[in-house]
Amino acid sequence: MSAWTLIDAWIVATAILTALSCALLGNFLLVRRLSMMGDAITHAVLPGLAIAFLVTGSRDTAPMLIGAAVAGVLTAVLTQFISHAGRVEESASMGVVFTTLFALGLVLMVRAADKVDLDASCVLYGALELTPLDTVRLGGFDVPRAFVINAAALALNACVIGLLYKEFLVGAFDPMLSAAQGFRPQLMHQALMVLTAVTAVASFETVGSILVVAMLIVPAAAARLMTQRMPSMIAWSLLIAAASSVLGHLGAIEAPGWFGFRETSTAGMMAVAAGGWFGVALLFAPEQGLLAQALRRVGLRFRIGLEDALASLYRHEEARPAFRAGPSDFWLRRLWRRGLAEPGSKGWTLTARGRARAVELVRTHRLWERYLVDAANVRPDQAHHASERLEHITSSDLLDGLDTALDRPARDPHGRVIPRDSRPAP
Amino acid sequence: MADWGLVARSLMHSDAAGHWWRTLSMQDYNTRVVAAGVALLGAACGAVGAFMVLRRKALFGDAISHATLPGIGLAFILATAMGLPGKHLPILLAGAACTALVGMGVILLLRHRTRLPEDAALGIVLSVFFGAGVALLGVIQQMQGASAAGLESFIYGKTASMLAEDGRRIAICAAMLAAVCAMLFKEFRALCFDPAFARAQGWPVRALDAAMMGMVVAATVIGLQAVGLMLVVALLIVPPAAARFWTDDLRAMVLTSAALGAGSGVVGALWSAMEPNWPAGGVIVLVAAAAFIVSMLFGRARGVLHRFAAHLRLERRVDRQHVLRAMYEAGEQGREAAARSAADLARSGVVPPRRLARALAGLKREGALARLPDDRWILTPAGRALAARVVRNHRLWELYLIRYAAIAPTHVDRDADMIEHVLGHDMVAELERIMDSAGAQALHLESPHRIAPAGEGR
Repeated sequence: MSAWTLIDAWIVATAILTALSCALLGNFLLVRRLSMMGDAITHAVLPGLAIAFLVTGSRDTAPMLIGAAVAGVLTAVLTQFISHAGRVEESASMGVVFTTLFALGLVLMVRAADKVDLDASCVLYGALELTPLDTVRLGGFDVPRAFVINAAALALNACVIGLLYKEFLVGAFDPMLSAAQGFRPQLMHQALMVLTAVTAVASFETVGSILVVAMLIVPAAAARLMTQRMPSMIAWSLLIAAASSVLGHLGAIEAPGWFGFRETSTAGMMAVAAGGWFGVALLFAPEQGLLAQALRRVGLRFRIGLEDALASLYRHEEARPAFRAGPSDFWLRRLWRRGLAEPGSKGWTLTARGRARAVELVRTHRLWERYLVDAANVRPDQAHHASERLEHITSSDLLDGLDTALDRPARDPHGRVIPRDSRPAP
Repeated sequence: MADWGLVARSLMHSDAAGHWWRTLSMQDYNTRVVAAGVALLGAACGAVGAFMVLRRKALFGDAISHATLPGIGLAFILATAMGLPGKHLPILLAGAACTALVGMGVILLLRHRTRLPEDAALGIVLSVFFGAGVALLGVIQQMQGASAAGLESFIYGKTASMLAEDGRRIAICAAMLAAVCAMLFKEFRALCFDPAFARAQGWPVRALDAAMMGMVVAATVIGLQAVGLMLVVALLIVPPAAARFWTDDLRAMVLTSAALGAGSGVVGALWSAMEPNWPAGGVIVLVAAAAFIVSMLFGRARGVLHRFAAHLRLERRVDRQHVLRAMYEAGEQGREAAARSAADLARSGVVPPRRLARALAGLKREGALARLPDDRWILTPAGRALAARVVRNHRLWELYLIRYAAIAPTHVDRDADMIEHVLGHDMVAELERIMDSAGAQALHLESPHRIAPAGEGR
C-alpha cells in the first residue's frame, strides 16, 4: 500500500456505500429477473440529464437529479407500456426503450455542446476519484458530497426494503400468492423500479454507471450461487459488494504499477473485482459451485461403478459356471477395501454384506424391467438399458411400492429369478 | 427538436441548398461510402437481431457489445507493445471479437451450469467486461507515445470517418451473415419456435445456438466503428421489434427487419451528413425508433391500431349476436313477446346500452331485424334463421359444458357466452358430432336452463 491516504479512504467509503445500496436492491431484481433493468435505467437517464441542462443551463445537482429520476422512471413505465400495448416481449421492449432514450440523450448533448459543457463519458465512467474534492460541511467535518448522497440512498433502500421485506419477497417468488394476500404485486414492481431509478441516479452521478450496473447485478448473482435463502443471500451480496469496493480500489492504484503505469479507473476495477468474487463463488460455492458439481458428478460416477461391479459379481455367482468376464481389478480392489467382496481360491466372492447390497441392486434392476415391460409397454430387449440407470437411484420405499404394484413377481421379463433375500444363489 | 426554421433558411440559401442536394443525391464519394456501409450494417444487424428477438434474447447483443471494449484495449496495448500500429482497425476489431467470444462463452457456461437467470448472466458479462475495458482505457491513456484518443470513438461510434476499406469489410461480413442465415434458415426457425422439435430432429441445438450467437458477435464487431458499442445494440433490437408488428412469417420478418435497419441507416447517415452537429449513430437509432413507433401503431399483423380494430369488429359481432339471441329467446316465449323495443332490450342488459343502437342498426342493414311502426324491433325470416344458428351454437356449448366440463346448469349461460362467438364452423360440426347422443340433430335445441322472460334482466 504505497500511497493509501485519507482521499483513498473517502473514495473507498463512498464506493462501499454505493455498492451496498445497489447490491441490496440487486437481490430483488435478480429473483424477479429484472437484472438488466439497472443497465437500461443507467443508460436511459442521459436525455433526462441533457434536458435538465438545456432547461436550467447549469450543472446544479437538483435539476440534474430530477431530470435523471424522471427519465429512469419513464424507462420502466415505457418498457411496461410497450410490452403490454404492443405485446412485445419484455426484454425486447426494454432494449427498444433504453437504446432510443440513450440515442436521444447523445444527440441532445451534441446539439447542446456549445451551450453547456456536458460529456457523456463522465456519466458512464463517473469520477469516483474526484469525489473527495467536492465536499459539504457536515457537523464540523468536510464530507464528500457523494458520500452524503449515497448514504442517503442506502438509508432509503434499507428502510423501504426493511419495511416491505415480506411484500417484496412474496411478490418476487409468487405474484399470485402476493395478489391473493392483498400485497398488490404490480405496485411492488413499480416501487422496486422507482427505487432502482433513484439509486442508480444517486450513485451514478457520483461514481458512474458501470459501477452501478455491476453492483446491481454481480454481488447478488454471486450470493445466489452461495445460498438459496433470501436473508443469507442479502448478507452475502452486501459482503461481496463491500469486498469488491476495497479490492477494486486497491487494484486500481496497485495493479497498473506492476506494468509501469500510475493508476486506472477505480470504478472499472471495482466492476472487475466484483467479477473476480463472482468467479470465486462460481468455482467454490458449497453446493452450486462448479467444483462442488464436479465432485458430486465424480462421486456419483464412483458409486455407480461400485454398484455395477457388485451386481456383476452377483450375476457371476448366479450364472456359474458359464460366466463371462467380471468387473475390472480396479473396482474389485475397491469392493475388497470396503468389505463387500474378497478374493478366494475360486476367484472373487461376495461377502455377506456385499451380497445383501448386490441382491438389492439386482432385485431393483429386474423389478424395473418387469415394470417397464408390463406397465409401460417397453419392449423386453429395451428395458435393460433404462433399468440399468434406474437401479442406482431407487429408494427402498419405491422398491417396495414397485414390488406391491406388480404383485410380487418371481421372474423378470427375460425369465431370470428376481431375488428376494441375501442367501447365496443356488 | 429539429430546427426546422434553420433547415428552411438553409434551403433558401443557394449554397446550403446545393450542399443539401449534393448530399441527398450522394454525389460525394464519401457520402456514398458511408451510406452504403451503414445500410449494409443495418441490414445485417436487422436480420440477425430478428432471430434473437424472437428467441427472447434481445439483450444478448447488449452484453456482447459491451464485452468488446476490453478486447479493443488489449489489442491496442499488445499491438503497440509489438511495434505495430495500435490504431489499425482490423487489429482492434480482432481483439474486440476475441473478448466478445469469451463473453459469449461465459454466458453459455452460466446458462448451462448454474441456476442463475439468463438476464443475470448477461448483466454480469456486460458490467464486468465493460469495467475491465474502462480500466484498460484508463491505463492506455498513460501510455507514452501512443495517442489513444481515437479508442473512445468505439463507444459512441464515428460514422463519418468510414473509409471505402471499412465499407468493404462491412459488405463482406454482411454477405457472409446473409449466407449463413439463408443456409441455416430452417434450423434457426425451429430454434426460434420449437427447440424441442429441433432436438428431436437430431440437429446439434447447442452448436446452432452458438452459431446464432456468433452471428451476433460478428454483427456487433462490424458495427462498432460505425455506430459504436452503445448503439449497435439498438440496431440489433429496434428494427426486428418493429418488423414483428408487420408480419407473422419468419422469412418476411427477417427481410422486413433487414430493410428497416438498412433504411434507418441510410436516412440517419444522410441526415447527419447534411446537418452539422447531428451525431450519426444517435440519429440512426432515432430514425429506427421512429420506424418502431410507426410500426407499433400501424403494423398490419400486430400493430396497436390493427388489433384495436379487430377487437372492435369482434365486439360488434358479439353485440349483434347477443341481440339476435335475445330476440330469438323472446320469440320462444310467444308471438306477442317476439317484438321488443330498444328500451326493453337495453333494460335486459344483453348489450351495454351505449352500444345497442349500433348493433340494432347493423342488424337492420344486414336485413336480420325490421322495425315495426310502433318502433319495436322484430326478427325478419332471414334474421330468424341467423338467430337460430347463434342460439344453437350457444346451447350446444351449454350442453357440452354441462356434460363434459361438469359446470352447473345455472352457471353455464355465462361460460358458454364467453366462447360461442369465436367458434369456427369446424368446431361447431365437431360439437354436433360429440353431442349426437344428446338429440342435438334437431335444428332447434331447448335451452338447458330457465330463460329469464324479456325485460327481467339476465
